Amino acid sequence: MTDGADTILEVTELRKWFQVGGGLFRSSTALKAVDGVSFSIARGEVLGLVGESGSGKTTVGRTILRLAEPTGGSIRFHGQDITHLSRRALRPIRRKMQLVFQDPFASLNPRMTVGRIVAAPLIIHEPAIGRAERNRRVAEMLRTVGLSPGHAERYPHEFSGGQRQRVGIARALVLTPDFLVADEPVSALDVSIQAQIINLLLDLRTRLSLAMLFISHDLAVVGHVCDRVAVMYLGRLMECAPTAELFANPRHPYTEALFSAAPDPDPDATRARIILTGDIPSPINPPSGCVFRTRCRYALPACADSVPPLRGVGPGHLTACIRDDLALQPAT
Amino acid sequence: MITAMAPDALLQVDDLAVRFHGDAGTVAALNGVSFTVRPGETVALVGESGSGKSVTSLAIMRLTPPPPGCRVTGRVMLRGAAGEALDLLALPAEAMRSLRGSRIAMIFQEPMTSLNPVLTIGDQIAEAIAVHRGGARAAVLDAAAELLDLVGIPEPRARLSAYPHHLSGGMRQRVMIAIALSCDPALLIADEPTTALDVTVQAQILDLLRRLQQRTGMAVIFITHNLGVVAEIADRVMVMYAGRVVEQAPRRALFRSPLMPYTAGLLRSVPRLQVTAARVALEAIPGNVPDPTDLPPGCAFAPRCGHVQVGRCDAAMPALEVAEPDHLVRCLRWRDLASGTPG
Repeated sequence: MTDGADTILEVTELRKWFQVGGGLFRSSTALKAVDGVSFSIARGEVLGLVGESGSGKTTVGRTILRLAEPTGGSIRFHGQDITHLSRRALRPIRRKMQLVFQDPFASLNPRMTVGRIVAAPLIIHEPAIGRAERNRRVAEMLRTVGLSPGHAERYPHEFSGGQRQRVGIARALVLTPDFLVADEPVSALDVSIQAQIINLLLDLRTRLSLAMLFISHDLAVVGHVCDRVAVMYLGRLMECAPTAELFANPRHPYTEALFSAAPDPDPDATRARIILTGDIPSPINPPSGCVFRTRCRYALPACADSVPPLRGVGPGHLTACIRDDLALQPAT
Repeated sequence: MITAMAPDALLQVDDLAVRFHGDAGTVAALNGVSFTVRPGETVALVGESGSGKSVTSLAIMRLTPPPPGCRVTGRVMLRGAAGEALDLLALPAEAMRSLRGSRIAMIFQEPMTSLNPVLTIGDQIAEAIAVHRGGARAAVLDAAAELLDLVGIPEPRARLSAYPHHLSGGMRQRVMIAIALSCDPALLIADEPTTALDVTVQAQILDLLRRLQQRTGMAVIFITHNLGVVAEIADRVMVMYAGRVVEQAPRRALFRSPLMPYTAGLLRSVPRLQVTAARVALEAIPGNVPDPTDLPPGCAFAPRCGHVQVGRCDAAMPALEVAEPDHLVRCLRWRDLASGTPG
């Protein structure tokens, strides 16, 4: 599914460490925000990246786009290694990979009209095209995301959160990228608006055959949008599988705990809830071996020994848990 | 219009309205909100931004800005510790201050900004205890450590000298809950207490609130936009939209047979955690949450409603009608819609 020529993005052993602390007489320590993450995304495929805050999912998205410099590993986009490309060499590649932000209030310049905001990528990447052509493409893109061309004259503050998110999506799509990183694109929106934006993204991925890295903490949303899901915890991948397979047959205790903790809008739900104790440990001093073992109810002494590698347990199904004897609860 | 306080009520709100006056004109943030909370009960206030759910809690606590910028009308009655009926909006400021924290407590969404960053956890809990209960410093700190233990903070003694930035978001929210519970309140108002937390930590906090409630018998007003959380914790639910209650029902009735098209639409639009769900379009509610400075005439939901009857729904604000003894709905068409007229 993700091999060969159809692969649009291939991330291998990606690491992003931040140096924190340190001073004249103290050495700094490494905060391992992302520590050896590998995955690939096929053309037109949507991969969900789920995890709690501090799991490193946003850092993965930013590092892939080279908005943060990777500490190690490699990123191949359309077969080309972009891990160490210069800013100048990255330019033509950036046209093909774009980002949608979480907060539609902070990510639009309040002094620019919506038309200018959406036109900005065109001005940077396609300076040769004339004003008329630019305006035509902006108008077309506004229509694509469910706004009207007349909205181009207005400013961001005149729009609601959902409409602003549509503007953010229009800006990301105006260069016709084939890969999009959507970082929590609906988390800041009102409940009744979230479904609109989810439907828009679903519609756009079909119409434009977009590949997407869909970053979210909400497993229910991810289940609706993604073809495959990767679960992250403390900078590492815990599990990765096709969506239906992951939901029906989770093979990592952390995935099970996430399913169990997700509030279900069903008043008669009778699931036995697994309540994880404690908080996500510090990424400066992560537990040895499996990073989840300190909160895992199935942990064995062996879990502390070495970092469990991702291993195949079914078609396209990888887990970083050493135990095969667990009967984990599915999503529903 | 003014009725006596119902004998079984802990809190009784009648016709509560809040208006903000500003340069852009008057904003009616809350209109004609009436409800009661009985001892030990959990009432969920559900709504989107601008629905008035947080303003309701602030008005009950008398924490809205002072006039002339903001005017609160209506009546809020609270059962005092000795069983007396207290008219909160008419109470002297002093008396109100001593009720806050002791009889009614409140926790907020953002545990980082609600705690003072330059005081230790111990000082902040001790302050609440000292103000309302008094006592020697050592005894107060003992009580503070006991509270931290109660809310599930490991090594409570050592944590007393920690500062808020030493703690994770979940731990800070536990500290907020410890402060709120320090004087054994009869009513806890929790304003989006788990919204800023991760799901696994949210599950911990909900579980904690449930256990504390069983133990102390306090009533909880739980403000949230998350229907999953509502399904889990509420006894009764009030759905708010554009500053009004649009539906009120026991939890099961609300989820199983919602009468207001807004509630039904909201329930349908929320993605469920399902194996079979992949890549199916959701039933979204069209349009946007209305601007409180520019509300449509008639029913505020009419412009987004799939069942709207033009000329009727947009003519006048529908009344909140009693559909079942404990089920209220604000919709002109609830009878046709309930009787199975599809659409």
